[in-house]
Amino acid sequence: MPEPAASPVLSSLDTVSRAGADPDRDQPWAELGLKPDEYARIREILGRRPTSSELAMYSVMWSEHCSYKSSKVHLKQFSEIPQETRRGKMLAGIGENAGVIDIGQGYAVTFKVESHNHPSYVEPYQGAATGVGGIVRDILAMGARPVAVMDPLRFGPLDAPDTHRVLPGIVAGVGGYGNCLGLPNIGGEAVFDATYLGNPLVNALCVGVLRHEDLHLAKASGAGNLVVLYGARTGGDGIGGVSVLASETFSDGGPTKRPSVQVGDPFQEKLLIECTLELFAAGVVAGIQDLGGAGLSCATSELASAGDGGMHVDLERVPLRDSSLAPEEILMSESQERMMAVVEPADVERFLAICERWDVEATVIGEVTEGERLQIDWHGERVVDVPPRSVAHDGPTYQRPFARPDEQDALQADRAEDLPRPSGGEELRGTLLRLLASPNLCDKSWITDQYDRYVRGNTVLAQPSDAGMVRVDEETGLGVAVSTDCNGRFARLDPYAGAQLALAESHRNVAAGGAVPLAISDCLNFGSPEDPAVMWQFAEACRGLKDACVELGIPVTGGNVSLYNQTGETAILPTPVVAVLGVIDDVTRRTPTGFTAAGHRVLLLGETREELSGSEWAHVVHGHLGGLPPRVDLGAEAALAALLAEAGPGRGLLGGAHDLSDGGLAQALAESSLARGIGCTVELPGDPFVALFAESTARCLVTVAPEQEAELLALAGEHGVPVTALGSTGGDVLEVGTFAVPVEELRTAWTATLPAALG
Amino acid sequence: MSADGLGGLRVGVVTFPGSLDDVDAARAVRLAGGEAVALWHGDHDLRGVDAVVLPGGFSYGDYLRCGAIARFAPVMTEVVEAAGRGVPVLGICNGFQVLCESHLLPGALIRNDHRKFGCLDQRLVIENARTAWTSDYTEGQEVTVALKNGEGSYVADAATLDRLEGEGQVVARYVGANPNGSQRAIAGVTNAAGNVVGLMPHPEHAVEDLCGPGTDGLGFFTSVLARAASFS
Repeated sequence: MPEPAASPVLSSLDTVSRAGADPDRDQPWAELGLKPDEYARIREILGRRPTSSELAMYSVMWSEHCSYKSSKVHLKQFSEIPQETRRGKMLAGIGENAGVIDIGQGYAVTFKVESHNHPSYVEPYQGAATGVGGIVRDILAMGARPVAVMDPLRFGPLDAPDTHRVLPGIVAGVGGYGNCLGLPNIGGEAVFDATYLGNPLVNALCVGVLRHEDLHLAKASGAGNLVVLYGARTGGDGIGGVSVLASETFSDGGPTKRPSVQVGDPFQEKLLIECTLELFAAGVVAGIQDLGGAGLSCATSELASAGDGGMHVDLERVPLRDSSLAPEEILMSESQERMMAVVEPADVERFLAICERWDVEATVIGEVTEGERLQIDWHGERVVDVPPRSVAHDGPTYQRPFARPDEQDALQADRAEDLPRPSGGEELRGTLLRLLASPNLCDKSWITDQYDRYVRGNTVLAQPSDAGMVRVDEETGLGVAVSTDCNGRFARLDPYAGAQLALAESHRNVAAGGAVPLAISDCLNFGSPEDPAVMWQFAEACRGLKDACVELGIPVTGGNVSLYNQTGETAILPTPVVAVLGVIDDVTRRTPTGFTAAGHRVLLLGETREELSGSEWAHVVHGHLGGLPPRVDLGAEAALAALLAEAGPGRGLLGGAHDLSDGGLAQALAESSLARGIGCTVELPGDPFVALFAESTARCLVTVAPEQEAELLALAGEHGVPVTALGSTGGDVLEVGTFAVPVEELRTAWTATLPAALG
Repeated sequence: MSADGLGGLRVGVVTFPGSLDDVDAARAVRLAGGEAVALWHGDHDLRGVDAVVLPGGFSYGDYLRCGAIARFAPVMTEVVEAAGRGVPVLGICNGFQVLCESHLLPGALIRNDHRKFGCLDQRLVIENARTAWTSDYTEGQEVTVALKNGEGSYVADAATLDRLEGEGQVVARYVGANPNGSQRAIAGVTNAAGNVVGLMPHPEHAVEDLCGPGTDGLGFFTSVLARAASFS
């Protein structure tokens, strides 16, 4: 067999017996990313040195990406949140591939957001594409049909040359993969900030739907059951991707890391989805796990450690794309579009027949055993003999030092409220248009038009609506809404509050459409955990999120942590992206986004304060970041959400709604007018600048027919939500107190930015 | 004819590996009052349907060339034979590409001129209301349906384009900015007999007010059901 080129792993077969006979061989544990104490721990667990195959498995599974070694001491508080939603107990929680919640009528949904940041910087198209592919398989592995995807994205400045390399590739990759799977992309974010220049964030979310009885869990139980690997063949792509790519900071002058990025085949994944759903329906799946980061190392060790026995695998049975791969490489390969199932012997024939019908290659590679060991052979020679839990779950746990950095005080003292402000109608008008055209607030259809939002025919709301909404049941109209949000500037100013504000905004977006928020998934993107200041941001964000979830009665169903998002000493803005999923009993009663008719009354729900620090205004006009973020008021968010559900789907009072967040009331008024080309005439209460550009939370713009205004006001009173009557819809001009902008002028400013920059 | 009277009519929807909008085409058939029948690419069997839809998607991953592999699927032997007998066949998006590769329709579909995938609410003008799939429209009628493709730019040689226009075989054209660089803004064409229609836009995504740009697309499905009823 030819020697694999440039592999850090020894190519001559290293067996368990040889490891015993040759205990002091030098092993490349450092090159594989292990620390000296971690290597020593592996030797202690095994009572000998690991074989090179075992070393490969431990190194990928104990990497930051797979083991959460820096973050898990902080993440564990999420399991203290009561594991139930307004619709009942969670059907599966943190620790499974994705959490599963009951939405009523016998349906459950599962959803999760994950990062694929580092690969997307190295190879934008494939990095983003395989990010979508990975999260879709996570959802599929729960027994659910994937029904929608969303992608929260972060890029460097829009005018930076590297953004023009990274952004088009990432967008094309998200679209190229998701479109080919037939999954509607119903929302997401695209945010620009200088700190993301060398570290773009590609977070990918997928939502899946299942009947309660279809829930499948990742475990290998029942001695004698067979282990089937199905889907794509295993190749050399992505070897070491996890440990090399996701757990190291990029530095100039290092070797190119392109070969570590996986390559996706969405057609194969589409077949895998349909095939897997047919396998579930046929009842021939006893346990299942997707293959993602860490490939077979992860799937075998996690399945075996979750079951009631051990597992034996004959590794040479794994179908290969490249016959020269060594066992270590097969175990580490991150080739995409693969799944592993545990199947009862009596069902294997039917299992393989279904795979054949979908042209999906399936191979029995092993079986569940009586013992407690994961044993892997290569042509009859034992190359792995480990306790599976030690690989999957007993990785190192770090108590990383964390400390609030000294400069945080100075940052918080430098308030945007003290910056020079526009005054008079003309200056306010100019500021509104400038913000509307700025990269973070402008029209994102250059991006979202590259995504199929219609496929499957159940998309009720998609970008640029506040939240995406899909119908789950065509008969009853049951549906779900999802939004993802995070303002990283707020999190930089106060990570505890910033994480809560991300949750609050996402919660509000889901509520604006009339859905009832039930649960969250999070994707926690931060810089290096080896920097105590970054670790403090992370710890604070986790604490903030947990406290907010407890207060709102919303569990965390799962999520993902991405660390080492930094270039040299510069970390990204702390970016705890929060996805909120809500349920709506009848999607035909949803509240549309923006103005829907002329002659409606325009009302502002919630309270506006002089809160400008971290705002888009401070960012765009002054390039300023300092002060304290807007005050968090979760009680007010809950009251607002309850009012929006009752006034919208409940009583049908709302013509339209639009949440207030980035850019404040000015942006909400402009976008509400732009939605259908309907203008409005409003008077601003108090200081017009503060009214327009403050980013106070727990606010929403709503419209109501004049004859129903009194009922809405009374209802708002019952919910304790303050209301300010602003004016009325109509005409084709946005008239705001002392200035006016034709809606077409708004549209020109709003839509020109991305096409002008990106072509 | 009322929708109730069409209930017995059966429209087949083919699923190739990589078909995506097959569920949507089946829903459109049902909402139009017909019965949707699932057809499998690997079967030499049309199950006695009255009409056939080749849906959108990425059959065989669109590898090699869009529609080039699907054209050789076993079921296509039956589709080509049925089309020759006058059975109505509608190819939407990827289905249009399959029909062109199968030589049931002239021309070809290539990469959008802007080289990006595009998903839009698209205005069309119906230019031929005499086909099996457009008789519920009037000529010159403007409709809005979804358009979503990466390789939707219709091309043919000038003589073919002249002939299509001269014979009234252009079924629909894009209104407003050309979304993908299609020659003469052609969005759909028919064969000379008017039973085979290829459309790049997706009428099956415009059949409900709730989940798409209105209901303008329903007419393609009610048209074929009315026609099939008149034959049965």
